[in-house]
Amino acid sequence: MIDLFEPFRSTTAWWTIAVGATTNVACALVGCYLVLRRMSLMGDALAHAVLPGLVLAFLFSGTLNIVPLFFGAVTVGLLATFLIQSLHQYGRVPADASMGVVFTSMFALGVVLIKRYLSGIHFDAACVYEGLLQFVALNTVDVAGLEVPRTLLTIGPVLLMNILVIALFWKELKISSFDANLASAMGFSATFMHYLLMVLVAVTTVASFEAVGSILVVAMLIVPAATAHLLCDRLGHMVILACLAGVLSAVGGYWIARVWNVNPAGSMTIAAGGLYGLAVLFSPRHGMISTISRNLQTSLRVTCEDILAMLYRVEETDTQHRLDTSSAVQALGGGFVSRWGISALVRRRHIVRTKQGLQLTDTGRLAAKSLVRSHRLWEAYLVQHLGLPLDHIHEPAHRVEHFIDEKLRHNLEEVVDDTGRDPHGRDIPNG
Amino acid sequence: MLATSITFKVMMGTTLLGATAGVVGSYAVLRRRALVSDMLAHAALPGICLAFLIVGARDIFALSIGALATGLVGLLLVTVLCRWTRTKEDAAIGIVLSTFFGAGVVLLSFAQRHHQGNQAGLDTYLFGEIAAMQSREVRLLLAVGTLVLLAVLALHKEFKVLAFDPEFAASQGWPIFLLDFGMMALLAVVTVVGLPICGVILMAALTILPSAAARFWTNRLGSLLLLAGLFGGVSAAVGTLLASPVPQQLLGFNPLAFGWHPSHLPPGPLIVLTTASLLVVSLFIAPQHGIAARLVGEFRLRARIFREHLLRSLYEMSEAELPALPAIAESALVDYRSWNRLLVDWQIRRAERRGLVELKDGTIRLTPDGLTTAADLTRTHRLWELFLVEYANIAEDHVDRDADDVEHLLPQPLIDDLQRRLAEEGRLPLQPRVDIPPPSMPESPHELEP
Repeated sequence: MIDLFEPFRSTTAWWTIAVGATTNVACALVGCYLVLRRMSLMGDALAHAVLPGLVLAFLFSGTLNIVPLFFGAVTVGLLATFLIQSLHQYGRVPADASMGVVFTSMFALGVVLIKRYLSGIHFDAACVYEGLLQFVALNTVDVAGLEVPRTLLTIGPVLLMNILVIALFWKELKISSFDANLASAMGFSATFMHYLLMVLVAVTTVASFEAVGSILVVAMLIVPAATAHLLCDRLGHMVILACLAGVLSAVGGYWIARVWNVNPAGSMTIAAGGLYGLAVLFSPRHGMISTISRNLQTSLRVTCEDILAMLYRVEETDTQHRLDTSSAVQALGGGFVSRWGISALVRRRHIVRTKQGLQLTDTGRLAAKSLVRSHRLWEAYLVQHLGLPLDHIHEPAHRVEHFIDEKLRHNLEEVVDDTGRDPHGRDIPNG
Repeated sequence: MLATSITFKVMMGTTLLGATAGVVGSYAVLRRRALVSDMLAHAALPGICLAFLIVGARDIFALSIGALATGLVGLLLVTVLCRWTRTKEDAAIGIVLSTFFGAGVVLLSFAQRHHQGNQAGLDTYLFGEIAAMQSREVRLLLAVGTLVLLAVLALHKEFKVLAFDPEFAASQGWPIFLLDFGMMALLAVVTVVGLPICGVILMAALTILPSAAARFWTNRLGSLLLLAGLFGGVSAAVGTLLASPVPQQLLGFNPLAFGWHPSHLPPGPLIVLTTASLLVVSLFIAPQHGIAARLVGEFRLRARIFREHLLRSLYEMSEAELPALPAIAESALVDYRSWNRLLVDWQIRRAERRGLVELKDGTIRLTPDGLTTAADLTRTHRLWELFLVEYANIAEDHVDRDADDVEHLLPQPLIDDLQRRLAEEGRLPLQPRVDIPPPSMPESPHELEP
């Protein structure tokens, strides 16, 4: 028997997961706002743009101490967001291109600075991407007798700051994210909120990629928030679900990493992507499966109603003639939905198959009558109130008839002059 | 001499790459998909690793095919996610970028364990080595460049409509999805070919920066593509040249030898920085779209508006004594609309140079030319006020400011038409005195300030 929980049975495992989960939640919190504001790639841009800030901070402080590096990176990150915004606003460069222009140029500047001043120091570009999550549990600090990973002491406060700022500015961030003009009209600055959010993004990005590498940061800023966005329609729920998705991807990713002995930051990214994939497929309201089944149900209903109306019209013109199944399917344009619709109607006892062909039952005829009534009332309405010519009214009525309920039909009866006869001169049945 | 010929070969390669990337990148920038190339470059990693795991060797051809394959899968995913879910394009690009790259990192660590020693430098594929350019790479770049150019020429009309109005293209019955995918696939091919030479970030830069810079100079797609290709090619050549020993040989010193390690810089970042400087220069000096041109245009407009207000005020102050042209004290003019004295001084002097007013001992007098101009301006203002009162039902005491804003932009035929209509409908109260220019000056619908 394989022990599924084996990878979790060590302190190292728990500390690594703790660091991963803290980072993921810190990123997911601000990520929700980035995704809603359609600035998802800001994290990617900032993660690259801060490079010259790191180099300059190192040059001026002369140490690899985290504090100056942190402030250097955050300052340059904010400068980058300012440049992106200004290039977009004053240079009228499209928002995405402006982002691309600024972060690639700043990254290039960073590389030049490194080559000029730091080529003595080994600069492992791969490590910036992948992070050193597998080693965080080895570099510990003693806090109140507990061996805590050093990186947790950087990312923990950042998480607290994110929670605090979002809680304090909940309403303002919400309104300015959904409707910047309303925010301005209500008297608080949408620009201020933009830069406040950018400060959070910059601080979170810098603090986390020191711990887990830039790739996990970029993923965690977008993927959990996008997952949550597929699952709910309220900001509060979205934020909570995004955090949950962040924690789950930390746990799941670590498990994958241990079982296959691969890079944990990469596998946490994959886990987050997997969760997103599940949401894409199975989200109850916005998932692909539910969308497709909803569409299928609607088209089945419309087809069933079309069959009933067609059979009624055939009965109306020639009381002896009946359509057989294949010609009915053909008249509906073929396809499996038509066949399916016919068998569904037979099951519901709206129609019966006879030797002559398909025959409406009494219930079926009643349903068909009400549908044809809606259709012809709508046609009359289009002619009398919108002045459409006779040869233009069938198509729109054919589409609308499926969505005319009791109340609307009642309204139509009131505004249409003659409820007994449609514009083509046929009787409007009593549905 | 050897150094020079190597430099020349590398320069040829980077120029080709820069020009090709500039051209295909233009479409991506126009389609608001600038960051797709960034996504393609990141999504290449799992493909490279998979190809390596399957082939078991660092065969550049196999790795490129792998990179292209995952890039195209990523593109398809972005399209599907945008089409079928509520995830927006930026988030879809970010999701594919990060999860594919994450998968690449995982595969890389897997490959490192299973093919010891063999995988060395698989990840350098992502950071690029321009210096390693061989004749083979240059020939490949030439082939890809030609292919892209032919595709762009053959599909010029289709791509043009797609770039500016995809809905129209769809209504024309064109296979939008295929065309769109083809456009992005061209980008993918160029990205994958350039990746081992330039690395991820530089590749994204090469596709975005040249067209963003070219956009400042033109409004036409054809010249945009040409300019983007030119900018991309030239800055790639210049960047490569700066990084080579050539400037040292020519100048006797290295102009970029600052810092603690004055060795030669890598060409990649220098190419990006060259294009970026081109962009910054364009941002400021380009005619029409540049910041300087826009500032000058705005300044001129503001100056004209101020001058026109000044002249109208002079007309209104002289109106009672026409046809005589009275001398008006500058302080009275300043008080008339609570203007800033310095601005009035400056504008009056400009108007004097144009022969519109005469200055004498701190008084201002309209010249006959100035009177005609000022009268035309006043006529426009009053006609617009009348229009607002008569047709838009706005109160008489509310129309002055509204007319102030619009009057400078109203075309003459519109004003003549308005006058004719108001006159025909008998809604044009004329100034009682007909002996002063211009004939038929309308009466102001509101009281003028004393």
